[in-house]
This record gives sequence, C-alpha cells and structure tokens, in this order.
Amino acid sequence: MGLAKGDGRTYKEQMSQPSLMDRLAILADAAKYDASCASSGTAKRTSKGGKGIGSTEGMGICHAYAPDGRCISLLKILLTNHCVFDCHYCINRKSSNVRRAKFTPQEVADLTIAFYKRNYVEGLFLSSGIVKNSSHTMEQLIETARILREEHDFRGYIHLKTIPEAEAEMVRRAGLYADRVSINVELPTVAGLTRLAPDKDVGVIEGAMGDLKSAIIEAKDARKRFKSAPRFAPAGQSTQMIVGADDASDATIVGKASALYDRFRLRRVYYSAFSPIPDASAVLPLQRPPLIREHRLYQSDWLMRFYGFAPGEVQQAADDAGMLPLDIDPKLAWALKFRDRFPVDVNRAPKEALLRVPGLGTRAVGAILAARRQRRLRLEDVAKLTVSVAKIRPFIVAADWRPILLTDRADLKALVAPKRTEQLELFAA
Amino acid sequence: MTQLFRDARSGEAFAAPLAAPDDFAGWREQARRLVSADVPPDRVAWQVPGEGGEDLFAGAGKAMRLPAPRDDAPQPRVPRAFLDLAGKAALHSDPQRFSLLYRLLWRLQTRPGLMEDGADDDVRRLAMLARTVRRDIHKMRAFVRFRVIEDEDGERYVAWFEPEHHILRANAAFFVNRFTQMKWTILTPQGSLDWDGQTLREGPPAARGDAPAQDAAEDLWKTYYGSIFNPARLKIGAMLKEMPRRYWKNMPEAALIPELVAGAQAREARMVETGAALFTESRPDSLEAIAAGISACTRCPIGCNGTRAVAGEGRADAALMIVGEQPGDSEEQQGRPFVGPAGQVLRSHLAGAGIDPGQAWLTNAVKHFKFVLRAPSKRRLHQNPSAREIDTCRWWVESERLLVRPKMVLALGASAARSVLGKTVSVQKVRGLPQRLDDGAELWITTHPSYLLRLDEGARAGEEARFAADLAAAGARLRDLA
Repeated sequence: MGLAKGDGRTYKEQMSQPSLMDRLAILADAAKYDASCASSGTAKRTSKGGKGIGSTEGMGICHAYAPDGRCISLLKILLTNHCVFDCHYCINRKSSNVRRAKFTPQEVADLTIAFYKRNYVEGLFLSSGIVKNSSHTMEQLIETARILREEHDFRGYIHLKTIPEAEAEMVRRAGLYADRVSINVELPTVAGLTRLAPDKDVGVIEGAMGDLKSAIIEAKDARKRFKSAPRFAPAGQSTQMIVGADDASDATIVGKASALYDRFRLRRVYYSAFSPIPDASAVLPLQRPPLIREHRLYQSDWLMRFYGFAPGEVQQAADDAGMLPLDIDPKLAWALKFRDRFPVDVNRAPKEALLRVPGLGTRAVGAILAARRQRRLRLEDVAKLTVSVAKIRPFIVAADWRPILLTDRADLKALVAPKRTEQLELFAA
Repeated sequence: MTQLFRDARSGEAFAAPLAAPDDFAGWREQARRLVSADVPPDRVAWQVPGEGGEDLFAGAGKAMRLPAPRDDAPQPRVPRAFLDLAGKAALHSDPQRFSLLYRLLWRLQTRPGLMEDGADDDVRRLAMLARTVRRDIHKMRAFVRFRVIEDEDGERYVAWFEPEHHILRANAAFFVNRFTQMKWTILTPQGSLDWDGQTLREGPPAARGDAPAQDAAEDLWKTYYGSIFNPARLKIGAMLKEMPRRYWKNMPEAALIPELVAGAQAREARMVETGAALFTESRPDSLEAIAAGISACTRCPIGCNGTRAVAGEGRADAALMIVGEQPGDSEEQQGRPFVGPAGQVLRSHLAGAGIDPGQAWLTNAVKHFKFVLRAPSKRRLHQNPSAREIDTCRWWVESERLLVRPKMVLALGASAARSVLGKTVSVQKVRGLPQRLDDGAELWITTHPSYLLRLDEGARAGEEARFAADLAAAGARLRDLA
C-alpha cells in the first residue's frame, strides 16, 4: 500500500508520533464539526489521457452516509489539530486538552489516493489548525494539493479550507489546485466573533473572502478570452457559520447569509449547529441548539436561493425575537402569516405565486406549469404531481377545488403542520 | 386503408425480441418499425432474454414477424424529453417496461405534448422508472468498493456489487473515465466489467466469492468512518433514506453502524458531562451567594484538592475591581485575598498610587489554591492554574463583576487578564493600554506583584518602577472616572 513508507520522517519523529491509524482517528474527529462535504459544481474532468486517476461530474457523489445522516463524499481531515488560536467553540483551540496529531502533506496525499482508488471518496477536503503561523500552515495545505495534482496527476475533487490570515498570494495559489476554497466566517455577528474567537478579526476574514471573489472572477474572465488560462477554484467559494454558540437570532443569521451571498458571490453558506464538544470552554452556552434549528436555517437559505424570497420576507416568518418556528418550516410559517396571498390558482397563477405555496417544491411547480398546458388541473391531478396534496390543499384552487374559508380557520396550522413522528427504530428485533 | 393496416389489427401479436435486458437500441429500432406499420401497443410482445415470454403468446402459436412499414408512413417523431427518460427506464427490472415505452411512443404520435402532462399515468410511470434507474446508477457509482489484489502484472482493483436494475453497462463509462490508469474489475450477478487500462471487456455473471474478501486499507477507512461521525447528531432516518440496508452487506464500513448508533447516546452524554454542562444554575444574586458557591465548587481539579476557597472582599459597590491570580499559601490559611507576601507588595504600591484597597473589590481569577508539595519540607509550592481551570472559574469572576459593576478592572498578571478577557494576552504588550469591556468598564492590565518578588535585585528596581507607573496611571484614571 505504501502508506507508511517513505514519508520522510526521522526515526525519532516516527517514534514520538502515534500510528497513522491513530492520527487519522484524531484528525478526522477534529474535522467533523465542519458541516460542508459537498463535491459538486466543479468543472467536468476525467483521467483519460492522464497519468493518474480521478474525475468530476457536475453532481458530487456521496460515497457513504454516517449515522448522523451526513454525506461522506470527501476525505475530510485536518493536517494538524495543533493550533495557536484559542477560539472558544473549537475543540482544537490552544487551551483545549484534546490529543494532538499531525500529518505530513505526503501522508495526506497518499491517504487520499489510497481511498480514492478503492472508490471510498470523491477527493479531499483539507483544513488545519494554525501551527507556527498562518502562512506556514497555508503553505502546507497548498503543498498537499500540489503533490496530488502534480505528482499523482489527481483529477478528483479538492476543497481547501483557506486561512484568512495567510498572505493573499497563497490564497490565490490554493485556488489554482483546488476546486473549491472556503473561509469560515465562524459567527454571525462581530460581537460573537470578538467574544468567542478572540484571535480572529472580521476585517481579515472578509478581506480574504473579497480577494477570493476577485480571483475567481478574474480567472473566469481570463478563460473566456484564453482557453489556456488556468482554472481557479471552479467550484467557487463557500463559508460556514456556527449556530447557537452566541445569541444571534435566526433573523440576524438570515440577514448575514444574504449579505454574504451578495457580497462575495458564495456558492453556499453552511450552518453548523454548535455541538457540545469535549473539553468545552467555560464561556460557551451550556446547551446545544436543537438540530432542527440548523435545518430551519437551511430551509430559509433555500427559500432565498430557489424560491424568490427576499431576506426580509424570510425574516417576516420569524417571531418577535427573530427566531424561526421550530415546529413548522419557514415557508409554511410565512404563508400562515400572509393568508391573504392564498389560495393560489394552480391553473392560472404565475410561477412566483406557485413557489410560495407551502408543500410545493420547485420540481412540483415545474410539473404543474408543464401539465396545465395539457389539461385543466383538478385536485386529483395536482395530487399526482406533488408529494402530499393534503398539505397544499388549503392553499390552492384547482378546477374542481376551492378551499372554503380554510385559510381563515384558526386551526389551520394544526391541520397542515407535520405530526411529530417517532425516530425510526433501526435495530429493533 | 391498406392491407397492412388490417393485418395489424387482425388480432395476431407481433414478437419483438431484444438482445439483452438493457437493449434500448434494439427497442428503438423495432419500435420505429412497429409505429410506422401502425401496430397498436396491445399487439406487440417484447421478448427479453431471461425474463420469460409474455402471456400474450402462450396460446397463440407462433407469433407473426414484424410487418414492413408502409411506404408513405412518416418517421415517428418523439420529443427529446421522452428519449432521455426512455433510455433510463429501459434499464429498469420491471418486465412491463418495454411495453410501457411502446405505449407512450404510440400515444405521442397523436398527442405530441403528452410528455408535459405529469398527471398522465403512463408519463408518471415512465418518470418513476427513470428516476429509480438513475438512482441505482448513482448508488452504484457511490457504493462500489474496490479491493486490491496483486497478480503478475501488478495491482488489480476488484469489486463485487449487486445492482437492482440493468445498469452495469450504462455505468461502464463512468468507471473508465474515473479510473483510467488503474486495472479494475466489477463483478455482479448479471455480468462483469473488466478494464486493463486500455480496453473494456464484458464478462459472465459472477458470484460474491469471486471477489477478494478483504483489503489492507479497509481498517483505515473504517477508522475514518467511525471518527468523522458526530455522535451528538444522530439522524438514522436520514442515513437509511440515502443508504438503504440492502447495500450494507457489500460496504465494509457499514459493519460499524450498529455499534456507532448504540454508543452515540452514551458518548454524547459523556461529552456534555465532561464538557459544557459545568454551570447549569442561574447566576448568583449576591456576593455572599458567590462565596458560598465557590466553597462548594468542584468543577475543576483545584476545586477538588481540599483547600479552602477564598472569596473576594471589599466594597460591594466599588468603582475598582482588582483581580489577582489565585490564593497563595497565606491567603488559603487566612481565607482572605492578598494577605501574603505578594499582597503586601501590592498594598504598598497601591498606597503609592493613591488607591485605597479598602474602597476596591479584591478578588482572584481562580478561587482555590493550586500547589505541589515540595518533598523534604512539605512546603506548599504555588503552581500556575491551567487555561482550562481559569476558564472554568471565569463564571464566578463574571458573576462578581455583574454584581459589583466596577468602572475599572485592574488585572494583575496573565491569568487575571485571561479571566477577564477570555483569551491569553501578552502582559508586557498590553500593560498601560486600557481596554473597553463589553459592559463599559475599563480594563487595565499589569504584572502580578509576585513577579516582582521573583526577580533578582538588579532587575527588580526597574520592574518595580514600571509597576508603580502602571498603578499611578490607573489611579489617576480612576479618579477621572469616579
């Protein structure tokens, strides 16, 4: 397999380090709080005509799912969990007592290839604690990507988590090897960042995101003019916000996400519900936010990106304290607040109005728009085009259906809100 | 009407044999001729190898051969959307799939817009079959697991996979494009694929035993799978939806799932216990309550070492709060802060700076005495508290600040600064530079007086002057604030 040999470490270094397996356990464990694992949206490549392996399609592949429901698409690890920073929410912060370990760039590259050849992963998602200084660390991340691309001619997916404090020139080099680069904004408010990530600076983070945005745009322009111009982070940049570690409301988070999409042309904003971490800092909140809160934020993100909701409209779905309801999704919450917008006639209403109907997804709306050119839709037809007609019935008009006063009923929420279901019992006999 | 038209309607069935279960090209070719010859769907029997004949033929003797198309018959036309879906649906294991495709093709000749009508049962069925096949194709790309074997020409990667539908051939290009420079074989119960780096070959059906039983990298992969999983967020339903159990038997990592799930709740409880849930009560409402609280506090190792907790003392409404590091030997014995040698140094300098300690609130970052016993004399030797211990005890110091509401906080040394700021700062860099805290108070940081005691005579005079200057500046500012 060649995983352990030739890694350039001295005997002493090898003796003082845990085994490769132990280090993988430590450095994968340290990376699991990062929500993103996407491997989609990059340029199409194959390994034909090359010296190595690897390909990318438009859509990424989830090669496994963990019992936390998350997709495992990439080998997601840290190069090291040693860190000179002291961010309270982070398990790897300087003052934490976790076991520390590190990989060499060569080891990570070899591990990626070994996993890729067995079809375990789509590629590598590499991040790191800050050792020595930001630029030194960034150099190691880039070196790993360089070995994969240049020495192995690896054509699979690479996502590098960029260190905003590193020199701008390095961030740019990272984009030449990586499909996606990302910088975490960490917390939705400046106050939260100051309090919980005292070594980080919002100006530096946003400055680096701005640099990345310009580099991505410049490279795209260059490729329009010269086919030979190098690709730069073809899958764009993304970021992550931790939810529930500070007191930012959902409305604040939605506003922040929307501003980030606009200002930095992000492909994705990931939300990560703050998890209780071993050896947590005493300043953290003592309870984790419900996972459903993270889910509701993703739904609101979807509403803005695919359903034509303005950030202000999503915020209207929140309560007075700015929190989205946990028991119903934000689209339904919005509809219950603005009942005068309903019912919507499935045979006549424009696309934008159909997209507002709770329970109608983009695919169902597309199917309705196509089908109504062929026939006048009755309720029975709508049922065939959608997942659950019971949920949408109060909000629509069809050829043979009109909800009588249903949208005025006080118990409407009870009628359409999902019933709480028990968790599937997976291992029952 | 022509003679042929009458033949087609005469009640005889036409046999349309296909070369293989995924022979979409063969279906297209024959379907085109059948439509051109006006043969309605209920008169065609599609014969697929391995799937048995349809009942239509059971008693009908021999089937008729395909009619020749009418000369004037127009080329059957279909929308792109139909061909895209049909190409996928043809790979489904449903024995009725080719009949469905032909019925739709037949209906499309008179209803060109039919494909848009998602409420039509045939269109829905087609979309459903295509979706299922697409998913099966995708899952094969995801869940094939290669195991490496060494033979005379080097490494070969071999996988055993059990697709639900006839997708093996349709997926060949994906694996060729991805693993071009690798020799690989995919074995399935329906057939096999083999790539030697140059040429793709199709082989016969295989059995699970034909594939290698293990791989050296699987332990690493399982280690990764077990470590990347976050036990604080169990979502079994989401996992099962995307990775149904029927795939598990060919995925090495899936063997870990039962123990990961079983261990998850226990692990999370342990994480919360050792991690965050140190303070679950509400903030104390008086300084007395804090004094009582710290005496009973065992949230860090120092709190558990059996020493006496030393509470803060002074004016409950003081404008100045002075934070030291932790009680020392004398403080612990007397139960009061700043009464040992370092406290004496502090008090004399405060007097020099015009600050009356009696008007201040005096306290420590850590409330218990951390020490080691020096062997022969059994003297209790001071030890620095760890960052974690300071962070744990911060809750008490914050509670004191919330009650006293000082206008100025004077932090003595790095531990006190960390206690107030929540981060480690270099005292030498920030001394003499006041900072604004969240509640509006001003933070001044200087060295701890015990530092002066540890210096030799030469260095001490200079440092003492700096200490005095810091206190003098803070004292002057305090009089401005008050």
